[in-house]
Amino acid sequence: MAQMKPGEVGIISGFSDEVLSVKLLEMGCLPGAPIRFNFSAPLGDPVCISVLGYELSLRLEEAATISILT
Amino acid sequence: MSDSRMKIALVGNPNSGKSSLFNLLTGLNQKIGNFPGVTVEKRSGFSQMPDRTAAEIIDLPGIYSLYPRSLDERIVSEILLDHASPLCPDKIVVIADATNLKRSLLLLTQIIDLGLPTVLALNMMDLVTKAGISYDLNALSQELGIPVVPINARKGTGLDELTKVLSKSLELPAKHVFTVYDDVKDAVKTVREKFTLDNNYEAYQFLQQPGSLKFLTKDDRLYIEDLGRQHNFFPGKFQGAETIQRYAFIQTLLDRVTLKTGELSWKKYTSKLDYILTHKVWGYAIFFSILFLIFQSIFAWATVPMDFIDATFAALSNYMNNALPEGMLTRLLTEGIIPGIGGIVIFVPQIAILFAFIAILEESGYMARVVFLMDKIMRKFGLSGKSVVPLMSGVACAIPAIMATRTIDNWKERTITIFVTPLMSCSARLPVFTILIALVVPDTLLLGTFNLQGLALMGLYLLGFAAAMVTALIMKFLVRVKERSYLVMELPAYRWPKWSNVGFTIIEKTKAFVLEAGKVILAISIVLWVLASYGPGDELDQAREHVLNESSNMRLTEEGLENRIAAYKLEHSYAGIIGKAVEPVIKPLGFDWKIGIALITSFAAREVFVGTMATIYSIGTDDDQTTIKNRMRQEVNPETGGPRFTAPVAFSLLVFYTFAMQCMSTLAIVYRETNGWKWPTIQLLYMSALAYISSFIVFQVLS
Repeated sequence: MAQMKPGEVGIISGFSDEVLSVKLLEMGCLPGAPIRFNFSAPLGDPVCISVLGYELSLRLEEAATISILT
Repeated sequence: MSDSRMKIALVGNPNSGKSSLFNLLTGLNQKIGNFPGVTVEKRSGFSQMPDRTAAEIIDLPGIYSLYPRSLDERIVSEILLDHASPLCPDKIVVIADATNLKRSLLLLTQIIDLGLPTVLALNMMDLVTKAGISYDLNALSQELGIPVVPINARKGTGLDELTKVLSKSLELPAKHVFTVYDDVKDAVKTVREKFTLDNNYEAYQFLQQPGSLKFLTKDDRLYIEDLGRQHNFFPGKFQGAETIQRYAFIQTLLDRVTLKTGELSWKKYTSKLDYILTHKVWGYAIFFSILFLIFQSIFAWATVPMDFIDATFAALSNYMNNALPEGMLTRLLTEGIIPGIGGIVIFVPQIAILFAFIAILEESGYMARVVFLMDKIMRKFGLSGKSVVPLMSGVACAIPAIMATRTIDNWKERTITIFVTPLMSCSARLPVFTILIALVVPDTLLLGTFNLQGLALMGLYLLGFAAAMVTALIMKFLVRVKERSYLVMELPAYRWPKWSNVGFTIIEKTKAFVLEAGKVILAISIVLWVLASYGPGDELDQAREHVLNESSNMRLTEEGLENRIAAYKLEHSYAGIIGKAVEPVIKPLGFDWKIGIALITSFAAREVFVGTMATIYSIGTDDDQTTIKNRMRQEVNPETGGPRFTAPVAFSLLVFYTFAMQCMSTLAIVYRETNGWKWPTIQLLYMSALAYISSFIVFQVLS
């Protein structure tokens, strides 16, 4: 999802990092759930996303572990 | 006695209103300490139940699930899994943010499966209602098999109902949301039988996180780990599958109990504010303005109460000195204990102001944005976005700054922040800096605009900052931890701070400092007082005669004589003897034994340097900077015949004070915050070595 642009919405399809995926799942990033890329911090990292109706911030490398259905 | 009282634990997500509920339930009956053996802050207090019994309320750290990722989070699993522990609660209140019900219910379903009596307190129902959303709470309660109470932790409504439910005897939740997979059933059964556990999920958790089972023996933990390996138990994979299973249950549940759906309107308001507050220009401009405001307030607003405290304790000392009969005990009281306590209380205004700001920033949701803005830069130095506020506050005073590192969840990042914060030049260095700069840096303008003395002062601040960042960078590679650094942080919606919570934070932090760091500070002040007031033999008793003999042909005024006696006494005290003993060690830095004495006495606090210089040069204890400065300028170095305070000596001293720890209050607070003497010791050795080597280089190169 690191390639997404601000305002873009995608559907989560899976994760590439097992340890981090557990944390992301707990935070509501579920496969099949819509996820919106809101904006990135001024230096490009971290990024702010919307999931489950609330805002979550992730480092770019963490966001990159989320695969998006295209 | 305390064991017969009902224990109620508050569990919930961060930002769910848990602290507000805790403050409402306990009021001022709060205690702050640490959980046994760890640095995690434990907040507990007593609350009156409707049946007039007192219940102990324990506020557990905010978590999103039972699977811990930091030391703070692990404490929750440790307490809830150890049903035999005296800390294990009789009842649990899970507080959930109703505007984010789905995520909050994940934790609730895990707690229910543990089989402890649980109540769900649904917070922020007013916002949900305002958005036109409504839930069938009776159905929710029935489906979950536990009582559900809507509350408003900001206004305090729903509290009576909650305590009423809590004072009744609760049935154990009968519901099991999660079913253990067939593959691991055997392992779960074995664990459950071996440790006589109440239910399967508890046994499953034992297998999931043997690392959290600190209450078991090491052999038992190894046994569980082995058992897991034999049965192909994959913690990570199973946790993911469990979470997905729970969310599926929650979705079905919510579909059943939701009567009306709607859109939460305040989300738009939050995103508009975020556009400005995380903007690449405005975001940083606003953040640095806020930092500047905090820094200014600590400097400006704290001065008046600090001067008042200073004067009050001086007056009290004076009064006691006159009122009590002369003797050792009186002197211990008026010169050791009272100034020692004064030295603790004097930090209270700074701590209160800093924590008022920090509480407001946390409560309003802005702190998460600060982390968001600064994370990338700070991470390069092994720090976190959350290290910014403590580091900048360190410019005013390291003590509240180090206490403020509690907001950093990652242990490594927090330790590094604590370690480097004292290198930021604090306000106590200022008197030392100004007097030494005035001695050797001419008061002239550079290029017609920049005052040279001002530039020198700024240079010292930058030097301290650079040392802090370089040290952080070195520690980033030296400190090895298994704990992985990650951000994954909720950006909570903006809201007005709840002022009573701000007040509680101030009281809590001040109390923690005065009671816990205060003990160490008082003890060291007394030791230093003894060193500076007593000496071997009867040298000190005969100080008057010695001085009279020596100066019989001088025409001294009464005051001049007293000053000389004071100087004589200090020279022959234990502190003076140590000062002379260390002279060979500090000589390569350009210091003599008189400066040595000042280094020892100012170990308590840097600003004492100026007062000691005044005493040792027999000009009385008055803090008039000009007098001291002039006297220091006249001091002659017997070896060279020139002035003692040459530029190399002064710069060497300046660099020494920039890097050296020289503040026992900081050591005391680091001891408290890291729960041991390991880090304060390393810090003291490192900073002293850094100061010594840098001063050595400065002096040798310049002279």
